[in-house]
Amino acid sequence: MGVFKTFVLGGIHPEENKLSSNAPIEIVPVPGQAIIPLGQNLGAPAKPVVKKGDKVKTGQLIAEAGGFISANIHSPVSGTVLKIDNVVDMTGFRRPGLVIKTDGDEWDENIDRSDELVTEINYTSQEIIEKIKQAGLVGMGGATFPTYVKLMPPPGKKAEYVIINGVECEPYLTGDHRLMLEKGPEIVVGAKILMKALKVDKAIIGIESNKQDAINLMTELTNKEEDITVIPLTVKYPQGGEKQLIKATVNREVPSGKLPIEVGCVVQNVGTAFAVYEAVQKNKPLFERVVTVTGKSVKKPSNFLARIGTPISKLVEIAEGMPEDTGKVIGGGPMMGKALPSLEVPVVKGSSGVLLMRDKESHRKPESACIRCSKCTIVCPMGLEPFLLARVSKLGRYDLAGNEKIMDCIECGSCQYTCPANIPLLDYLRLGKNKVGNIMRNRKK
Amino acid sequence: MTMFTIAGSPHIHGDNSTKKIMYGVVIAMIPAMLVSIYYFGFNAVRVLLLATVSSLFFEWVIQKYLIKGPLTITDGSALVTGVLLAFNVPTNLPGWMVVIGALVAIGMAKMSFGGLGKNVFNPALVARVFLLISFPVQMTSWPKPISITKSFVDVITGPTPLGFIKEGLGTGKTVSQLQAELPGYFDYLIGRMGGSMGEVSAAALILGGIYMLWHKIITWEIPVSILVTVFTFSGIMWLINPKMYVDPVFELLTGGLLLGAFFMATDMVTSPMTRGGQLLFGFGIGLITILIRIWGAFPEGVSFAILLMNAAVPLINRGFKPRRFGTNPGVVMNN
Repeated sequence: MGVFKTFVLGGIHPEENKLSSNAPIEIVPVPGQAIIPLGQNLGAPAKPVVKKGDKVKTGQLIAEAGGFISANIHSPVSGTVLKIDNVVDMTGFRRPGLVIKTDGDEWDENIDRSDELVTEINYTSQEIIEKIKQAGLVGMGGATFPTYVKLMPPPGKKAEYVIINGVECEPYLTGDHRLMLEKGPEIVVGAKILMKALKVDKAIIGIESNKQDAINLMTELTNKEEDITVIPLTVKYPQGGEKQLIKATVNREVPSGKLPIEVGCVVQNVGTAFAVYEAVQKNKPLFERVVTVTGKSVKKPSNFLARIGTPISKLVEIAEGMPEDTGKVIGGGPMMGKALPSLEVPVVKGSSGVLLMRDKESHRKPESACIRCSKCTIVCPMGLEPFLLARVSKLGRYDLAGNEKIMDCIECGSCQYTCPANIPLLDYLRLGKNKVGNIMRNRKK
Repeated sequence: MTMFTIAGSPHIHGDNSTKKIMYGVVIAMIPAMLVSIYYFGFNAVRVLLLATVSSLFFEWVIQKYLIKGPLTITDGSALVTGVLLAFNVPTNLPGWMVVIGALVAIGMAKMSFGGLGKNVFNPALVARVFLLISFPVQMTSWPKPISITKSFVDVITGPTPLGFIKEGLGTGKTVSQLQAELPGYFDYLIGRMGGSMGEVSAAALILGGIYMLWHKIITWEIPVSILVTVFTFSGIMWLINPKMYVDPVFELLTGGLLLGAFFMATDMVTSPMTRGGQLLFGFGIGLITILIRIWGAFPEGVSFAILLMNAAVPLINRGFKPRRFGTNPGVVMNN
């Protein structure tokens, strides 16, 4: 194990619990009704371009990007727009969204629905970026940052590496793992498209060593590609974090407050690379994705290919139902995912998984006094002092929190995971980050 | 409709807890406890029980009637303080003095600062120094170890090996003359020497230290930096004049150095938070220990050294920050 690369500072080893890693990706039937929140990406929500009563086809544009950092949304089903109103999204709040009543499954005629692998890339860099923008692609790892923005480095910066993130360091989640096993050739083409878009000649695929089959397959597929290297990595959370992955693979550190492009890197998830392939080679916009449904009590932990807008309850049903002892439902993985208010929320572009936690695992242990053990500082992958940041945030000393680099926190949760006193460190850190972020933005104005 | 629990991430937690850490320390102290019971017999049990029971009692009384907050005497921290207090006193100390020690440790050094995690000084050491200053005679009259095998002939006439050397040097004898009258290194290792209850056996303490390192209760920085500093500094002095200064191995094995390095200085609450800070902290303790042992009025200086460095911890924490991510950008070709 020790021979593989990894990042240096901090990190933890939570139980992997990859229960569904042997379950092939299963296609979920088109839902009777799709619920599509308009805010599915980081940045501005999209603006609807259809009206109530309009007929739409699968893959048709229904909402366009609401700003530079925003993404188009396409209809995941064919049918009639039932309403444009507020819908309950992942956060449990009612936010603007569309509801489409399904009627058959008629696809937009521009989409190439064949399974044939198209390897030849007949587009220029500009055209690729435009296609990715039109297709509404966002980072599929969960951050949902619009993909095309990452492909346009600011003036004066040049990318050197495309890093394909196949780490999947979150416990339980297996969607990226399955995608590599089942769509490996497409991901390699996707990586090449990204290289062409960024005009770089080096790509790296980083995969943790707990996915040996994926490492073998991707290595085999890239055997003839001199410019694509597969790098196996020692299992350590949060290696899937952009900055940690860059450190692990090319040994560079993104400076505080800067983007990966500062050190010549652009990181894209394997799911995104696959979506790039589909968008560019098959004209297929982003309206479906792989979602892992898992949990210790789940009868059939599964990986699904589900349309955006499919209610999570439907996925759980196919995974043979919600276990009776379910106490908490997580959208995403257990380290960074969000607790969901109900199973009636839809799959969105950033849904990497649904984790049904047993009731007895669902509650925090009572908080006790900090014993200054410094374990939070040891595990922090950003070299911060979570105990100190949590304390100053709690006291409202946001000036101190800012000085101690609270904005560098990536919210990976390693500190809270490891705290022997069960202090909700990340809760306090989020509070501090929010306040410091507001102060900094107001200062700029 | 089912109601799900809503909370911020992370949704899983490691299996570490304050209790686990504290009881881990207690387990690590078992070898030293057994050695002291072997050599000092019933008196060791008496001091151990008095110290732990009264520490727990005072913590309970103060939490219940003065602080009126949650009762946390089961978290193990008062138990650790109690055992460490017992380890730091001679086994023939009158019982009421042990109880006063516990009151000082828990009441003055810990609870008056706000309880667990808030104290500046190591509670057991505050109590030890309090007792040493208040009852100097009783605190420095060391019992002769009574081994069950009876094969051991006790030749210590002074208090501890360190005290014996210090006193002897004052009368003009050389180190080698004095050492000839003392037990050998093997005896120090297994505990055949005079001293406080828990400090006599170097082997038992090292065993406990390894256990704590193995279970990640402590990290290597503090004990290693203390021991290396003591060894280097006393080694230099010994090379300068072996007639006046004892050899570094003797300095390492005798007195309370190993007890201090593994169990007292590593107290999480009163030691620095980062690696650099911990190394400086350990260096300071080693340095002050030898300064006191060689030139100070007391034969032993570990407790004073640790307490002095405890006072410097907030300052050390301010000066030693962890290495922030992003400060070492690596080699970037183009930009």
